[in-house]
Amino acid sequence: MKKRKPIAEGSEWTFEDLEAYETELARVAESYRLDTYPNQIEIISSEHMMDAYSSTGMPVGYHHWSFGKQFLSTKQEYRRGHIGLAYELVINSNPCIAYLMEENTLTLQALVIAHACFGHNSFFKGNYLFKTWTDARAIDNYLLFAKNYITECEERHGVETTESLLDSCHALMNYGVDRFRRPAPISAEDEKRRQHEREEYLQGQVNDLWRTIPKKEKAKVEGWPKFPSEPQENLLYFIEKNAPLLEPWEREVVRIVRKISQYFYPQRQTKIMNEGWATFWHYTLLYTLYDEGLVTDGFMLEFLQFHTNAIFQPAFDSPYFNGINPYALGYAIFSDIRRLCEQPTDEDKRFFPDFTGSDWLDTVHRAMVNYKDESFILQFLSPKVIRDLKLFCILDDDNEEEIEVTAIHDDSGYRRVREELAEQYNLSEQEPNIQVHEVDLRGDRAITLRHVQHDRIPLSEDDTKEVMKHLHHLWRFNVHLETMQEESVFTRYICDDESVRIARA
Amino acid sequence: MAFLIIDRRPNGKHKGAVNRQRFLRRYRKHIKEAVSDAVNKRSMTDTDRGDEISIPRKDVSEPQFRHGKGGRQRRVLPGNKEFVTGDKIARPSGGAGIGGTGGKASNIGEGMDEFVFELTQQEFLDFMFEDLELPNLVKKQLKDTEAYKLIRGGYSSEGIPARLNVVQSLRGAHARRIALSGAIRRQIKELEEDLEALEEQESEDRVREIKIELDRLERRLNQIPFLDDFDLRYNNLIQQPLPTSSAVMFCLMDVSGSMTQDIKNLAKRFFILLHLFLKRNYQKIDIVFIRHHTVASEVDEKQFFYSRETGGTVVSSALKLMEQIVRERYPTSDWNIYAAQASDGDNWRDDSAQCRDLLEGSILPNAQYYAYVEINSAEDRALWHAYEEILEKYPDNFAMRKVTDSSDIFSVFHDLFERKSA
Repeated sequence: MKKRKPIAEGSEWTFEDLEAYETELARVAESYRLDTYPNQIEIISSEHMMDAYSSTGMPVGYHHWSFGKQFLSTKQEYRRGHIGLAYELVINSNPCIAYLMEENTLTLQALVIAHACFGHNSFFKGNYLFKTWTDARAIDNYLLFAKNYITECEERHGVETTESLLDSCHALMNYGVDRFRRPAPISAEDEKRRQHEREEYLQGQVNDLWRTIPKKEKAKVEGWPKFPSEPQENLLYFIEKNAPLLEPWEREVVRIVRKISQYFYPQRQTKIMNEGWATFWHYTLLYTLYDEGLVTDGFMLEFLQFHTNAIFQPAFDSPYFNGINPYALGYAIFSDIRRLCEQPTDEDKRFFPDFTGSDWLDTVHRAMVNYKDESFILQFLSPKVIRDLKLFCILDDDNEEEIEVTAIHDDSGYRRVREELAEQYNLSEQEPNIQVHEVDLRGDRAITLRHVQHDRIPLSEDDTKEVMKHLHHLWRFNVHLETMQEESVFTRYICDDESVRIARA
Repeated sequence: MAFLIIDRRPNGKHKGAVNRQRFLRRYRKHIKEAVSDAVNKRSMTDTDRGDEISIPRKDVSEPQFRHGKGGRQRRVLPGNKEFVTGDKIARPSGGAGIGGTGGKASNIGEGMDEFVFELTQQEFLDFMFEDLELPNLVKKQLKDTEAYKLIRGGYSSEGIPARLNVVQSLRGAHARRIALSGAIRRQIKELEEDLEALEEQESEDRVREIKIELDRLERRLNQIPFLDDFDLRYNNLIQQPLPTSSAVMFCLMDVSGSMTQDIKNLAKRFFILLHLFLKRNYQKIDIVFIRHHTVASEVDEKQFFYSRETGGTVVSSALKLMEQIVRERYPTSDWNIYAAQASDGDNWRDDSAQCRDLLEGSILPNAQYYAYVEINSAEDRALWHAYEEILEKYPDNFAMRKVTDSSDIFSVFHDLFERKSA
């Protein structure tokens, strides 16, 4: 190809350079059929970046001490050089907001634009989880609404009361999502309009729930319908609708935390894919620019250094090991899909008969749109990637003296490695399975949760005790948590007004 | 493709400041403990810098339901080197699974027992001197005041809308309307009477003339505005100076030969804290530094902390000098007098009795508060015994404490200047 004039040279960036890169990258991205929301690039300082970090990437967040704690700890680690700040942070909104740090060099800014503004952005717009569970247009307004509402609560009911309510909600945040049902899209205007109605209606409902309580408490009567009739997985939703003594404004706060948790749920399920997709595309897009002669050799060398750092995977016994690097695994799989399509080996044809040799662009797009981490790994993790990363499975059984290596990267192990790795990204397996089992409507109004144990893995005792107290703070009557082992109660946590007790079978 | 580049750098830097303050407030008890520990461990010269503070991580944790250890835990790990299927590996000590974090560690990293973060110098000093004050600060006067209170004082024709006084403004407008319209109304009234008289006489020309004139006058009347700019009156605020208290602190330090370098360092530490505290919490305060061996001299801050001159011990010399300075420069009617004295308690034979008499006779009756710190690890010395007698007589404005090593300094200091609940 004929050499063209590079877009920019040197390492200091200017706003014109950023615009030039954006324009070129947009052109290339379009040729790869990357469909994105409009981009909004914001240049920020490192201090801002730490701010953004500590509010879990929400552009507008309500005030809470835990965000302050996060900020202090990020700052500390940054100052000591334990972590580099991310070069970029991107928000699933429309327009898609990407934060770029001012300290970045020009090369890094180009990489970040490719990564965030085209990689993540197209993922947010394309992936089915984001499409069904989040509404990119509404999030900004909703967060602003939430912030204002919580500020108002603080004014009306006191900072400490509001903060301790938020503490309790945060403790249950991971149990504030509907895993299977599609939620209504969020909208700040609707929320405000409906708020008043809902407050009154809800309070009415709750009172109705308890109206049937006989004056004298008596033992369980057979024949009364169990409440709830089905186990409920969304604890925050159940509390919002049914907790007997919550004030209307408290129900609203529970709802806000629940809605925000729901908004972030797809991100928690697509870490590997999202980062892998973005990394794959910054690599591909910038290489395309290089082929066209729009960036220099020096640019590519600097770029490759950042790129290889990002996808570095330390071995399990390395002091740097901190779990599997989502950039490394995701990038490996996506670039391997391209290889599977373009140069499949016999082994690949055996493993992936349905898409080896197909058009790679179609296939990566299909993968991006239709999968989440768990199913993505199950579907696309090839023996070659397993070999490259030297993945192996271990089983740590507390009944055994030693840890067993159950599979490695060999012919007999590929499938098992793949299944167990996929399982590792299944959120409903990784988080304890806890659901609302029953509320004693006619007795002491206690709520009973059930934890269904898997592979005898217990709950972490200290944490559970603390969460129980938070649950009690919301429910305001006794709270029970039963750990089930094969249909019978194995451990029971009981939280009453004073303390948390543990009873074992 | 539509896109937008926004430069957010000029935006306020401290978006997260509220959250940070929330955190500090929530853990103030922990942080205060950590701060006083840190102060004790510091070298003398950098008592006032910000510092890393650590508090137990379990106290700041945010609990969630999560899996604990035990059961059959599976993991997939990268970077296999020598393992083959079926290998058994000894369980690493510490109970964590292979590969460190045993599965589902929290995202804040459970590995650390302490939550470490940095306090700025400002915050550090805030925590350090919180709840401290100069006791018995009462004498107030209007001298060199810097504080003002805004009070209401009449009305002005200029001001901000928020201070608009509606009643005054409307009253003014009403008066203006009366003043401006009086003449016109009178004319109208006269013309109307004329008209009535003329209607009986049926002279139509004159009637038309009068009607035109009436019309004109009505129009003029209507042109007078209901409310004009210069009707507006605003509540006026004037500054009233607030009486503030003026105080002087005498720092008396023994630098005699019996004070070893260690003891001097402890004394200096005490005075550095005192100095920081006063400078920070009281804008208008005089500090007088007096050092003494056999003779006392008033010195400046630098000499006080760094000079190496030394000699024998006559404590009363310092007290005499202080008394003299008070007499000359700080009339007790206007000033709150404070003094802090540090010594190893060693004194020239009968001088302790003289000190006692000086304090009782002329210093304490005029002083708001007198604090004595004795630095030694041995048994009580003469000066201590002499001062004990004073303590009985003046329990309210005299205090004495003993310090044996540097870890006592901050707590003793805190003790001496703690805010007493009213």
